[in-house]
Amino acid sequence: MGIVSNRLSEAAYAENFADIHPPFETVDAVLVEANRCLFCYDAPCTKLCPTSIDVPKFIKQIASGNVRGSAHTILSANIMGAGCSKVCPVEKLCEGACVFNLMHEAPINIARLQRYSTEKALAERWPLFERKPSTGKKVAIVGAGPAGLSCAHTLAREGVDVTIFERQPKGGGLMTYGIAAYKVTPEFCEEEVQYILSIGGITIVYEQTLGQNLSLETLQQQYDAVYLAFGVGQARRLNIPGEELEGVVDALTFIYTLRAEGYAAVPVGDRVAVIGMGMTAIDAATQARRLGASEVTLVYRRTQDEMPCTEHELDIAKLDGCQIIWLAAPKEVLGDGTGNVTQLVCEHMQLGAPDASGRRSPQPTGQTFVLDVDMVIKAAGQEPFTTLVNNLALDQQQGRVAVAEQTRTNRSGVFAGGDCVNGGREVVDAVQAGKDGAAAILTYLL
Amino acid sequence: MADLSTDFLGIQSPNPFWLASAPPTDKLINVIRALDAGWGGVVWKTLGSQVKNVSSRYSSVNYGGKRMMGFNNIELISDRPLHLNLREITEVVKRYPDRAMIVSLMADNDRASWHTLIQQCEDAGAMGFELNFGCPHGMTERGMGAAVGQDPEIAKMVVEWVMEKATIPVITKLTPNVHSVVPTARASVEGGTNALSLINTIQSVTGVDLDTFVPNPYVAGRSVYGGYCGPAVKPIALKMLTTVAQDPLTSTVPISGIGGISTWRDAVEFMLLGASTVQLCTAVMTHGFRIIEDLCEGMSNWMDEKGFAHTRDFVGKSVPMITHWEDLDINYHHVAHINPDKCIHCGLCYIACEDTSHQSIRLDRGNPYNTYTIIEEECVGCNLCQLVCPVADCISMVEQRVSPEYVNWKEWQRRGLPLNDH
Repeated sequence: MGIVSNRLSEAAYAENFADIHPPFETVDAVLVEANRCLFCYDAPCTKLCPTSIDVPKFIKQIASGNVRGSAHTILSANIMGAGCSKVCPVEKLCEGACVFNLMHEAPINIARLQRYSTEKALAERWPLFERKPSTGKKVAIVGAGPAGLSCAHTLAREGVDVTIFERQPKGGGLMTYGIAAYKVTPEFCEEEVQYILSIGGITIVYEQTLGQNLSLETLQQQYDAVYLAFGVGQARRLNIPGEELEGVVDALTFIYTLRAEGYAAVPVGDRVAVIGMGMTAIDAATQARRLGASEVTLVYRRTQDEMPCTEHELDIAKLDGCQIIWLAAPKEVLGDGTGNVTQLVCEHMQLGAPDASGRRSPQPTGQTFVLDVDMVIKAAGQEPFTTLVNNLALDQQQGRVAVAEQTRTNRSGVFAGGDCVNGGREVVDAVQAGKDGAAAILTYLL
Repeated sequence: MADLSTDFLGIQSPNPFWLASAPPTDKLINVIRALDAGWGGVVWKTLGSQVKNVSSRYSSVNYGGKRMMGFNNIELISDRPLHLNLREITEVVKRYPDRAMIVSLMADNDRASWHTLIQQCEDAGAMGFELNFGCPHGMTERGMGAAVGQDPEIAKMVVEWVMEKATIPVITKLTPNVHSVVPTARASVEGGTNALSLINTIQSVTGVDLDTFVPNPYVAGRSVYGGYCGPAVKPIALKMLTTVAQDPLTSTVPISGIGGISTWRDAVEFMLLGASTVQLCTAVMTHGFRIIEDLCEGMSNWMDEKGFAHTRDFVGKSVPMITHWEDLDINYHHVAHINPDKCIHCGLCYIACEDTSHQSIRLDRGNPYNTYTIIEEECVGCNLCQLVCPVADCISMVEQRVSPEYVNWKEWQRRGLPLNDH
């Protein structure tokens, strides 16, 4: 059958991409869960939240019937708290730290409670934040992803006028374009962006690409400060023969098409190999299955102990019927001579000494095996925009923007944060980066 | 297997669990269901003056997601015709001769009315009476219920009228809506009552509707004080019970304990503090009559474990242990100990002690888990940390006497020992 789109019926797509973590069905269910929370002091859940949401406080606010207050508690720490309730790897963050784990009890369903309050806030457009009077200061932000939006909202609250320049036709960044549709829908992302903008004082100009139709010099001239949050680019190259074949695609492009153009428009193979074992690899593999691929195999060069995704994510892939091959690295993609992929040659690996990441490094064994596949999805991390960073004359570390204390770059009045600085982390990390950037800019401006 | 059977002034019941005078005991169908389920006896809902009820009648207090922690009613005494109640009482006694059939009474305020009612009930087969001197709403406005129980002189007079006529045991039920239940209890014993029961419900407002501003329960845009009961009132009932069980006069008669009993544990506590039988209502109004099974099994298992063959073997056992503050041993001291293997690092002990007690818990920050340890020299042994700790046996109170000698407050003062701990 090869790589084709439109494999399933509308009904099948709808079923396959339904919300994987459905909301509470009733208020009673919400209250039962909220009342289970112990209201810990200096709570471990809050400490492991990159944005430090006061989790016990917002849960007790739900329990007391102060849902508006709970939404304010969440969103004042994390303006993308609604999206994060759906996409955060909570099992290694707040819920993983819940003290109930130490009692061998199920942790509080923090994400689901957070979703309850924040979805209400978004749906009813609760005006939880008020802008301070205008300071007359203007800030340009490059990138309307989580870092850019979070920075913009924090600045707007303080009376700064913000203009965001976004490469895509929609805001939200990887939240909108790079996450499995069964976690967040593009419609939800749109709603979340609109909610953030509803505070006022933030304008987004779309389809503006730095280094193409937008220059940093102009921004520096026209604005009092600039915040760079342009994220990272395509999937890391495999640097193996056959990578240029048509059936070898980038995971982010694959997910982007799915989210921008709809399920039926995405071409997917019959037998798909996905390279990598991070969140994006899982999202690509599970969605390939859900789009109708009959066989999906995740190929990872280390073992489960070193994988970047969480156990929970791995379970989703397993439950979706994805195969997993540990300790295997892609060596060559073979084709049929007309551009189609036919096989992926892999090499068995073994673990050696720890590398720079602290994880045991994969070492080649010289032994190979072959997978019959018609599509290869690359999801072994993302490449930073190295060329762009160099062209902007920014200090850099392996293509990532280098920042000094308080998110300052080497260019005066230019700040940076999020994936373009850290190389690609969770949405919640980007939201915190945006807050930090805004704090630094406010110190600089006011 | 422990023997739960009870002889209360000659009234036999297979177990000490009676249903209190209330809606569950106001007609044949409920009472039959209760006795079929295994209840030891019933106190038939109060008979007497003719009344008319309103709608609605109940409201409750929920706490921390748990419903019916406290329960409130504005219902009056039986609103069914007297002859119907009497006919049904006769039938129940015929079908269940082994169960206690006590009839609650609240006649109009004259000797003749009481005498007539007593005769009618004895003829119907009642085994004992419970005088309702406690109903806090509706009847008090007519000089009945709590209006009688709140005035020892009137209570004594009414008890005397009853004792002139009654040929079966009489229990006087006391109202808690007084500064102390003892004066009315004494007056009732002086008037000749054979036994006491307590407590009736406590006057209350359970809450206010934040949308309509009308307090609960709602009756056409208004409300009234209701009678409060359920788990929330148990500690108040236990205290009042103890005062009666300790008084030299009132402790000469048997007591039936009432007030927030939900489990066999609650029942055992009432009995340890002097009740020979116990009466329940809110618990069955929450869960139905089926709770009798665990009430009996739980008490029986506990008695076996403790080596008590009969309930009379432990009734009143804890009464002498409640003493006057000035008789407490000042040299007794204990301090908290946190078991680090059980601690889940919730910090509840720390914040309670730090904000509201004696700053006796040390916090060592960790990510994400802090470590908490007791600063023994600061700990006054107040128990607060242990009370708030969500883990069983994580915090224990370890005895560290100041000195082996028993010294109470009176002796402390006499010797001029130092005051002020901090």
